[in-house]
Amino acid sequence: MRPLFTVFFKEFLENLRDRRTLLSALLFGPLFGPLMFGAMVSRMLNQSVVESDEPLQITLSGREHAPNLVRYMESQGAKITFDNLTESGARDAVRRGGVQVVVIVPSEYGARFIAATPAPVLLVADSADSQTRKSADRTHRLIDAYSSGIAQLRLQIRGVSPLLAAPIAVNDVDVATPTGRAVVVLGFMTYFVLFAVLVGGLYLAIDSTAGERERGSLEALLSLPVARGTLVGGKILTTCAYMCLSLAISLTAFVFVFRFVPLERLGMSANWGVGTALEFFAICLPFIPLGAALMTFVASFTRSYREAQTYLTTVLLVPTLPIAFASIYSLKTKSSLMLVPSLSQHLLMTSVLKDEPIAPWDFMVSAGSSSLLALLLIVLTARHWRRETMLG
Amino acid sequence: MIEVQSLVKRFGSITAVNDVSFTAQDGEITGLLGPNGAGKSTSLRLTYGVLTPDSGSARIDGVDIRGETSTARAHLGVLPHAAGLYNNLSARENIAYFGSLQGMTREAVRNRTDELSRTLGMEAFIDRRVKGFSQGQRLKVALARALVHDPGNLILDEPTNGLDVMAIRGLRDMLRTLKAQGRCILFSSHVMQEVAALCDRVVIIGHGRVLADASPQVIRDTVGAATLEEAFLRVLEDAEVAS
Repeated sequence: MRPLFTVFFKEFLENLRDRRTLLSALLFGPLFGPLMFGAMVSRMLNQSVVESDEPLQITLSGREHAPNLVRYMESQGAKITFDNLTESGARDAVRRGGVQVVVIVPSEYGARFIAATPAPVLLVADSADSQTRKSADRTHRLIDAYSSGIAQLRLQIRGVSPLLAAPIAVNDVDVATPTGRAVVVLGFMTYFVLFAVLVGGLYLAIDSTAGERERGSLEALLSLPVARGTLVGGKILTTCAYMCLSLAISLTAFVFVFRFVPLERLGMSANWGVGTALEFFAICLPFIPLGAALMTFVASFTRSYREAQTYLTTVLLVPTLPIAFASIYSLKTKSSLMLVPSLSQHLLMTSVLKDEPIAPWDFMVSAGSSSLLALLLIVLTARHWRRETMLG
Repeated sequence: MIEVQSLVKRFGSITAVNDVSFTAQDGEITGLLGPNGAGKSTSLRLTYGVLTPDSGSARIDGVDIRGETSTARAHLGVLPHAAGLYNNLSARENIAYFGSLQGMTREAVRNRTDELSRTLGMEAFIDRRVKGFSQGQRLKVALARALVHDPGNLILDEPTNGLDVMAIRGLRDMLRTLKAQGRCILFSSHVMQEVAALCDRVVIIGHGRVLADASPQVIRDTVGAATLEEAFLRVLEDAEVAS
């Protein structure tokens, strides 16, 4: 056991002194997810708040042709700026971004309206700009509402029931619970957590294998009276330790980020606190040796730092595959899926977020399958280290 | 004492080492001399047991390197061709890491490191991080690392490669000191002067075979050459003709 810990402490200390490892393992990796996530959610929040709270800004030309329409729009809360723009002038104004939406009422509006033929109104907006498009849609709905009100009045005057003009009534029933809706957003989070876990060990896995070979210290190490399985075991153990640190930092950062992101304003209850963070930690813990063994295994085949980096960047994407697969086929939590590492952690964390109870059995299967696979990879790595080709 | 007997090693269809035998005595410096690709490194790697021979054996102080690897290695210090250090550790930590992996106690490692630091002249930089060390300083640390467990035998694979004149001279002095302590020293080189200047015994290797095994003087006399370099070239030529 002693050589195992000798290797562990040496690798731990050595990497603690390496700025590159520290920055990536304990700073960028674990903080990237929480910060990115905080920014994403904040932006979504701001956008939807803008949509409902802020009054609609419209620039309107030809007020004198449609005084009733203008009065209706103002009564619905629209803030109208009156101007005298031609169609091309309006196009330029919108294109320049000075105004978002321009409504032009042409002079024939009145005559057409009285004749009960469709009265034209021009709505000028830039649909490529998502913010403008929302305002344009709101303007469009406002004018539609006025239009259908007038239509109903006209039908009634002619003795026709307005109901005839509405053969189908669609009623939207949205079954998403507030927390369920939040989960769509929080689904990103589980990947950020697994990402932080892997990045935490990335440089260690490279440095302790390909790095050892590149700086020429490997052969001296292999000539010592220490079993190679012990050497690589100590290295994997150090990688695990850094991954644990990275996970802990990442989860702590999430706790802080959620303090500042007011999810409840969107009607979402995120259920996120220290307790949840600890549950996440327990769920991800069995994934750590698996990730460490996988990265060390892959890095053991490479000859240089650069080569190892290339391959391991691909390994970082591996846990996304089952998660992406699950969301494409919208898989629900099932015991059989607990056999798939990364997917099982994703599903368990999602359950925690949704405040659903977790079956102890599911947790055990998830932890067991990940640990078993980790063990297999550790054995394979040790076996590879015993080969002569390790000398390169 | 290092005894190598009928070592054979094949990589695919190539026989890198073909029936190599020699003995390196205690209190002597034995040089393995040969052109690049002759099989020197492979022979040494088989001797310290990071490669497995197809047949033959190597013994360190009478202990078989394949049979009782750990015991044999406890009697053996190795300075491989690539003897890289850990840049983020100090010289002392580099040495201590190997000492600990050799099974030494912390205290034994400390005492031995102080001793080696004095013998090899490392006091000025022993507690500095290795990053930025000169070649000569690096070589001293690597040598101290190989000697931390006080082995009776030392194997060095092309130790002078890439060193400047000062460092090479320093290494020669260190090897003579180690020899005077009664250790068995086996090193490989493709540089004639080095071997001529240092060795008590020369083993010339070409095409994976031992072509000559004697003292420099005897080799010179046998082939009737004035210098060892000339003798070396003649021995190689004879081998070419024979094959």
